[in-house]
Amino acid sequence: MTGMKYKTPLLDELEKGPWPSFVKEMKKEAHRPMVQDALGQLERSYEEHISHWKHGGLVGVMGYGGGVIGRYSDLAEEFPAVAEFHTHRVNQPSAWFYTSDALRTLCDIWDRHGSGLTNFHGSTGDVVFLGSTTAEIEPLFADLTKAGWDLGGSGSNMRTPSCCVGPARCEWAMYDTLDACYNITQNFQDELHRPFFPYKWKFKFAGCPNDCVASIARSDCSVMGTWRDEIRVDQAKVREYAKTVDIESEICDRCPTRCIEWDGKKLEIDNPNCVKCMHCINVMPKALKPGLDRGATILIGGKAPIIGGALLCSVFVPFLEMDPESDYEDLKELTEAIWDLWGEHGKLRERVGEFIQRVGLSNFLEEIGLDPVPEMVMAPRSNPYIFFDDEIFETDGE
Amino acid sequence: MADVTVEQVADAMFELVSSMKGKRDLKPMDVTKQMIEKFGGDVDKQTCKKALRTLIDSGRLTYKYAGGSYVTLPES
Repeated sequence: MTGMKYKTPLLDELEKGPWPSFVKEMKKEAHRPMVQDALGQLERSYEEHISHWKHGGLVGVMGYGGGVIGRYSDLAEEFPAVAEFHTHRVNQPSAWFYTSDALRTLCDIWDRHGSGLTNFHGSTGDVVFLGSTTAEIEPLFADLTKAGWDLGGSGSNMRTPSCCVGPARCEWAMYDTLDACYNITQNFQDELHRPFFPYKWKFKFAGCPNDCVASIARSDCSVMGTWRDEIRVDQAKVREYAKTVDIESEICDRCPTRCIEWDGKKLEIDNPNCVKCMHCINVMPKALKPGLDRGATILIGGKAPIIGGALLCSVFVPFLEMDPESDYEDLKELTEAIWDLWGEHGKLRERVGEFIQRVGLSNFLEEIGLDPVPEMVMAPRSNPYIFFDDEIFETDGE
Repeated sequence: MADVTVEQVADAMFELVSSMKGKRDLKPMDVTKQMIEKFGGDVDKQTCKKALRTLIDSGRLTYKYAGGSYVTLPES
């Protein structure tokens, strides 16, 4: 291993123990001046309890408004190799499937143009290349595109959509998440690369309500697989499970709508009252399976707590068919209606969930032309003051 | 709609962004709203998007990030 340029006693603490250590990994790359200076600056940050990175600015590739995040050191004289240390987001393939050859290609490109440090993957889903100079941005982009890759999103645009492994690896996928994610990514290339929104917009495609991509918490538009017919039950296998699982307490009592009954021989499900949480199916996967009339629920308005508090998505469209043959036209139409409204009236750095809270759900629905449905109600009304629409009074008067 | 071309909108956008340099950062939607106000019903959002695209692709304007995304003049 190359000798260290700076003493890093605080970082060295993070090498101790059996767990993986990013310090260990960075030190393996210490032959690179950028990595040496990144470690030196980080040690300084640990000593002073303050970040020495600044971000933003004018960096990017010609024509794109996202994909490169300008990152600069405010100790550039002391750590000159990281004076410019820009982040690049590379659009990942659907569900993060790579061939080993593809990974080698990406790493070779990054070795030629940057620090060699990566994140697989950023929280939005992109491959993240950490640390290049401004001069290397365009050559890196040229090499990436030549190899069939593209930059992902950053700034006030549609961020790189991501999806779960879907039908490629999972029995619970209610629709083809990989196809939907790819289709939406291709369809909204302009919105991905050219910021036009008040703030970021994230799509996440989850194949079932288990939501392995955390779409409900981490996206503005969660496309979550569901079904609308009955759960398929194999009673013989339920009885097998009953030998090892306390069905009454583990399943019936934990059903959120208490729509399951078990008499010791037969499991009865009141399907119209099932909210498709998947708990029973997860506990007895050999006995219970989702129905066959499948599609997705569209939920809107989630976000992590960067600027206001965290929000979870809430239901907008209870069931949407997700047939690839339809080219996902309904989803696109809904998305464009929302973008149009939020884009024009959203405040700077206001996510769509916050926008809906500000203008009110009923106004929002009216503007985008979507009829209210009971599934949109998140909780029973707690305000006893109920104001009826004028037409209701008129009807009463008549 | 009609007599206003994408190029004319692009020129007006460029003029607006140039005139605001150093005074106020403009978001793409700010520029769009001002163009719709300036040209009235002759210009819509799609035309403005196309105009902005020609400006960015030609390098006359560029995007910048400062807590949000803005359009601005490139560094000389």
